[in-house]
Amino acid sequence: MNLTATLLGELIAFVVFVLFCMKYVWPPLNGAIEARQKKIEDGLAASDKAEKDLELAREKAAEQLKDAKSQAAEIIEQAKKRAALIVDEETIRGQQEREKIVAQGHSEVETERNRVKEELRKQVAALAVAGAEKILEREINSAAHSDIVEKLVAEL
Amino acid sequence: MAAEEVTLSSHIQHHLTNAKMCSTDAGLAFNKACTDSGFWTWHIDTLAWSIGLGLIFLWIFRSAAKKASTGVPGKFQCFIEMIVEFVGDNVRDTYHGKSALIAPLALTIFVWVFLMNLMDLIPVDFLPALAGFVGETAFGMDSHDVYMKIVPTTDINMTAALALGVFLLMIGYSIKMKGIGGFIAELTLHPFSTKNKLGMLFLIPCNLLLETIALVAKPFSLALRLFGNLYAGELIFILIGAVGLMQLPLHFIWAVFHILVIVLQAFVFMMLTIVYLSMASADNH
Repeated sequence: MNLTATLLGELIAFVVFVLFCMKYVWPPLNGAIEARQKKIEDGLAASDKAEKDLELAREKAAEQLKDAKSQAAEIIEQAKKRAALIVDEETIRGQQEREKIVAQGHSEVETERNRVKEELRKQVAALAVAGAEKILEREINSAAHSDIVEKLVAEL
Repeated sequence: MAAEEVTLSSHIQHHLTNAKMCSTDAGLAFNKACTDSGFWTWHIDTLAWSIGLGLIFLWIFRSAAKKASTGVPGKFQCFIEMIVEFVGDNVRDTYHGKSALIAPLALTIFVWVFLMNLMDLIPVDFLPALAGFVGETAFGMDSHDVYMKIVPTTDINMTAALALGVFLLMIGYSIKMKGIGGFIAELTLHPFSTKNKLGMLFLIPCNLLLETIALVAKPFSLALRLFGNLYAGELIFILIGAVGLMQLPLHFIWAVFHILVIVLQAFVFMMLTIVYLSMASADNH
């Protein structure tokens, strides 16, 4: 129970242990713990940031999708208008073409008819003359009666 | 000596006696030959067990420190780091300065004192009986003359050495933080003070007396608290060991209770060390 030199021995041991602990035990352990805490903190912050970025990107994507949709709708609208315009133009052009072709046809028919009429008239005149020649069976001076024939032909 | 009758009181006395070593005119002497050797006696069991346990503490923590990395820690690593963080948190909460010494000091005190207290849970007769057997067979000693006190903290020298170390640090921190003048002023100018110079001259001795007692009481309370708790616990273990078969349940109950005591005493010693050093380095007077 008495204080003895043991106290001095223990005191020296105590000092040596504390110094060893201070130099070789505490700094690496505490350093590792703090470094790990920092690492975890950084990781959590990075994950938070990534989440925020993701949210932002989603919003942006949705916005872009909306833009694209409205643009597409606009383009389709324009295309429809243009198509209607083209159809209208083409209809008018077709109409005109048709009218032109029809008119041309009409004029061709008219020309042909006139030509055929003339031909017919000429043939009828010749036929009339031939008929008259046969009816009369006489010497008839066709030249003397040509005025009558001419009149006949004109009446046809 | 062999004829000495073994009574209960001599049995208890035997358990509570340290193995001693001293140098006499005839060379190194042991145990009963050292009864009169005074201060220059070495308690070799206290020294061996405490230094052995201290080395175990340093070895365990050093091996964890070597493996420490920022990666995922293993279970052993986690356990050691839990203790380190527990001590570190307590130091940070209590000691508001920057010091590379306080935290390792607190860790050393906590774990070392805990390990020394833990020896108390080894049944009281095991190691003394083993030591007696070894002493008798290997060295031809009388087994009653072989002493082995395995709990270093039941030796006042052990707890006093820890308290003395802390006391020296307290004075060192006081002087380092406040200067010698500041330290002396702290001892002399408080708690009583007056503007009157003559009155102050009268008050200074009173202050010195009070403050010195307050200062010295700290290491005394540290040393005696730990020693008293563990010595009493050890004594009760020895008494329980002497009551025959009934000792089994009693020993169990007391051991379970003692698990609390040994951790608590280690923690209290550590906390008070931090608090005292925090007070020593804070300039709040």
